[in-house]
Amino acid sequence: MKKSNEELKNIATQVRRDILRMVCMAKSGHPGGSMSSTDILTTLYFNEMNHDPATWTRCGKGQDMFILSAGHLTPVYYSVLARRGYFPVSELATFRQLGSRLQGHPSIRKNLPGVFQASGSLGQGLSAAAGAALGKKLDKEKNFVFCLCGDGESEEGQIWEAGMFAVYHKLDNLIAFTDWNGQQIDGPVSSVAGEGDLAAKWDAWGWRVILADGHDFESISRAFELAKAGLGSGQPTMILFKSDMGHGVDFMAGTHKWHGNVPKPEQLEDALRQLGTTPLGDF
Amino acid sequence: MKKYIDTGKKDTRSGFGAGLLEAGRADERVVALTADLKGSLKMDAFAAEFPERFIQCGIAEANMVGAAAGLAVTGKIPFIGSFAEFVTGRVYDQLRQEVAYGQTNVKIASSHAGITLGEDGATHQTMEDIALMRALPGMVVLNPCDYNQTRQATIAAAQWDGPVYLRFGRPGVPNFTPEDQPFVIGKALVLNEGTDVTLIATGHLVWASLLAAEALEAEGISAEVIDITTIKPLDEEAILSSVGKTRAVVVAEEHNMAGGLGEAVAGVLAARCPTPVEFVNGADRFGQSGTPSALLEAYGLGAPHIAEAAKRAMARK
Repeated sequence: MKKSNEELKNIATQVRRDILRMVCMAKSGHPGGSMSSTDILTTLYFNEMNHDPATWTRCGKGQDMFILSAGHLTPVYYSVLARRGYFPVSELATFRQLGSRLQGHPSIRKNLPGVFQASGSLGQGLSAAAGAALGKKLDKEKNFVFCLCGDGESEEGQIWEAGMFAVYHKLDNLIAFTDWNGQQIDGPVSSVAGEGDLAAKWDAWGWRVILADGHDFESISRAFELAKAGLGSGQPTMILFKSDMGHGVDFMAGTHKWHGNVPKPEQLEDALRQLGTTPLGDF
Repeated sequence: MKKYIDTGKKDTRSGFGAGLLEAGRADERVVALTADLKGSLKMDAFAAEFPERFIQCGIAEANMVGAAAGLAVTGKIPFIGSFAEFVTGRVYDQLRQEVAYGQTNVKIASSHAGITLGEDGATHQTMEDIALMRALPGMVVLNPCDYNQTRQATIAAAQWDGPVYLRFGRPGVPNFTPEDQPFVIGKALVLNEGTDVTLIATGHLVWASLLAAEALEAEGISAEVIDITTIKPLDEEAILSSVGKTRAVVVAEEHNMAGGLGEAVAGVLAARCPTPVEFVNGADRFGQSGTPSALLEAYGLGAPHIAEAAKRAMARK
């Protein structure tokens, strides 16, 4: 049963609380991009993906798959997986600790349910997602493979190699999406490398391109539904979600400064007050 | 000494192509990917028989590695094929994250390895690939010595559960191992028993070591010859039991010193049985254009060089 937008909003708020509490407990991690992609991943995992945590296996047989290409976004990834039932929410407290299944960047070596592939070295996840989508095609499966890329990450040449490969092999079961927050570690993307017109680039590459608002649940849902309708078109789909880094907390929003920085205790308190509490409760 | 018959020169990459076809027939999970080198990697027969399972990636090796990893996650057994330099150095980080750390069941088919790639010159001749692949935790590193052994190694790689680096070459070389001899990963082969010196070799230099042993025999020196089919995991017991007899070692490989088989063997001996070792390898150099045989001679990688090294090792006993 699909969640209402109100329910999604509650979950997303709780996920943002989780993100901030996780990085503050670990005294490290990447809150900025996690908060810009929170609403997108919440919508994907609670309403759009065909998956079942209880029967999850790494090979993804009979289910939709998700690969996090922008591997540093583990705070949002782990929180959404836990909140969706892949592993106990209490385990979020172990993020980045020695021996934890919740490694700084996704690992498959700790057998954390929900994680299909290691990532962190940027630009590689879209290739793995394309390979998985091709695997599903060879197996005559109708399921989708989803993949989250960063806009800064799209400076990696391999992203564009994967883009070419997915079109050539007609991977219309591949749905990639970009958290287009316009920020990367060293500053605004436009001032670091000049990303140009991402929509025109993906269109020129031969992908179906969908533009959406990454903080509007209606827009996010519509974009995913439109993307899934591409099955049979012979083309992969790229959704470009316009978003704000650090979304949800005023002093964190819209700046690269929170890409990989952690709030101080008093800032955490302020941030959590701004977000408010939810019936789901903290881990 | 034991006699080996060269049944005719054949390239090891054709052994790979034949093995790939057989592996593909035996297991429908086997798929093959290449970055615009289908013909060079001898994948044509596989591609013709299994067009859906042959995946052309274009000249984009990084994506090929990632796509293979994704295919492996869904249960396929992908072989990725290119020249040795382009499936190691060019994509080291991809192999590290997507294959080795990611524990995906990807097989790296590495052709034209070493200096015997020949006329194309140093940009295409990698003498560093064994070092790179040995450094990856859990990576299996195979370097078969002739057509028959490469064919069998390919079949064994397909059956192995986990990442495998399979190194082979371009030129025709003597085909002398038994056609039906199964390849056992992790097991070295004692090709000739001897008592005075141990010649440890891998890949193309195994045949050269047999020739060296013959020449040494004519001089009254009894050389044991060990074919290191698997560089990692290394068959330490085979090496130690031989060295226990001979107390002198030569390690021959078509690779540079740093990180190669020579250092691997030296590491084992230093820790468990200190022994004089001489090295026949590319030292610390890049290659250059030339015919394979001219290059082997110029870089000191021939049978006479191995025989000379044996005498030096024996003199240090």
